[in-house]
Amino acid sequence: MLTFVIYKSVLCVVIFAISLGVAAYSTWWERKFAAFLQDRKGPSRAGPFGLLQPLADGGKMFFKEEIIPNVSNKFLFILGPSLFLLTSMMTGVVIPWGKDVTIGADTFSLQITDINIGILYVLGVTSIGVYGIMIGGWASNNKYSLLGAIRASSQMISYEIAMCISIIALVITAGGTLSLRQIIDQQDAGWCNLVYQPLGFLIFLICAFAETNRAPFDLSECETELIGGYNTEYSAFKLGAFLFAEYINMFISSALMAGLYFGGYNFPFAHEFYNSLGLQEGSWLISLIGFGVYFFKTCIFISVFMWIRWTLPRFRYDQLMNLGWKVLIPLSLLNLVLTVVVEYFRGNIIL
Amino acid sequence: MALQLTNRSKVVSNKEQSLSEKLYLPAIVKGMAITFSHLFKKAPTIKYPDEVRPMAPVYRGQHVLKRDENGAERCTSCGMCAVACPAEAITMESGERKKGEEHLYREEKYATKYEINMLRCIFCGLCEDACPKEAIFLTDRIVDTDYERGDFVYGKDKLVEKVDQRVDVSKRQTPEVLAFKKIPGLKHNELFDGKKLNKGKH
Repeated sequence: MLTFVIYKSVLCVVIFAISLGVAAYSTWWERKFAAFLQDRKGPSRAGPFGLLQPLADGGKMFFKEEIIPNVSNKFLFILGPSLFLLTSMMTGVVIPWGKDVTIGADTFSLQITDINIGILYVLGVTSIGVYGIMIGGWASNNKYSLLGAIRASSQMISYEIAMCISIIALVITAGGTLSLRQIIDQQDAGWCNLVYQPLGFLIFLICAFAETNRAPFDLSECETELIGGYNTEYSAFKLGAFLFAEYINMFISSALMAGLYFGGYNFPFAHEFYNSLGLQEGSWLISLIGFGVYFFKTCIFISVFMWIRWTLPRFRYDQLMNLGWKVLIPLSLLNLVLTVVVEYFRGNIIL
Repeated sequence: MALQLTNRSKVVSNKEQSLSEKLYLPAIVKGMAITFSHLFKKAPTIKYPDEVRPMAPVYRGQHVLKRDENGAERCTSCGMCAVACPAEAITMESGERKKGEEHLYREEKYATKYEINMLRCIFCGLCEDACPKEAIFLTDRIVDTDYERGDFVYGKDKLVEKVDQRVDVSKRQTPEVLAFKKIPGLKHNELFDGKKLNKGKH
């Protein structure tokens, strides 16, 4: 029992630290990657290759003056970013980062908790996250913040539908399980889910951009129209919490995409590779390699997020709504129907 | 048909978008390919304090007031440079050399105060052309940034070269310039032979 508690606490702290670290270094990579795409050098003064830039940014965020507007509701004003950061940290708990490690008689899972409704949990928590933006924007008592918050919530609610339907189709091909671990393990033997769900992946990708408020769907915080949207009145660490939470969201949705559609910690010829190294099932090295592979895939997706941000211009609000309701939802429904029909004829669904 | 002056005007087209245009995806892929190709391009950045852009050998930067081989100031405060200066950036006050100051000032009259306003200066180099004593030169040093306007008025403390830190101005004294300066009876503030001058200078 004691080992269990210690191991779970250590795992929680490690995953917490990794999430924060990845979020911090995403800001660095975002700036660096943007620079590469625009034939610039990017941050280079703080440490080698500007690697200490996130520390400098974090320090700046920490030591800036905390301004809470007089006309704002102070409790809600603080609650907003806190809630947003909390929910974004909470989504990470169901992601299995590698295969189980067996040490002696004990088996340690690299997943904080394997609840059997894993994906549903992620979707539920991310939709609570919209309350953080909504409360923050409303409590600012500022029309730009409110507009940003309204945009954010309507956008997240609209795109959640298409996202959920595309996930239902995925769950059907994955054999009817909602557990992330089982979905990833099921991709171990055969093809990764991308082969069965290309359209579903495309819909999920687009919705993930909208859910994380990233360009080209960053209408809720666009500086040109809404001078920062729901961020407008925030300063110092509360602003940092919003920005951090956004990068964590991006990290988690990248991990989800890598896990749901690209096999997570599995990779082609994994078993042959492990056998050639002479590794037993449950060895810590297998978990480590698996974690490395999963993390690499996640980083690729984070880069794709940035690549798209620095390529595509922002959508107009009506275009965003048209795309969500008139294109993505019908498409995801079509994808669902096609999946069901195909799976029925493959004999995976018995009526 | 309205009057048409040029062929450059384009008729606005309201035609329906084709399927591939409506899908957006081909255009998005195309755009992403363009940005991706930029990943492999070399950034043309020059990291300024670490790297310096290559300069022309005759670059006209911050001025220097030269000393002669014995370390005495060459400037006699004749005011030719101030007269030649199109930006009116140069002011000076002159004084008489006292006994025992021969090692400090080359001639009997010298500049007690010599100021160049670096914000007014246009770095044309006419002061250098006008100088009959080869006392002022422009160098390849760049004028530093500063916080106050007043700090851009450089006095003798910044302009006169240090005895132990001589400033090399040989790059500005190209053979053409030296030949030009040897023409007998030359009035430096008059361009009496413009063609030759232009040929020698850049």
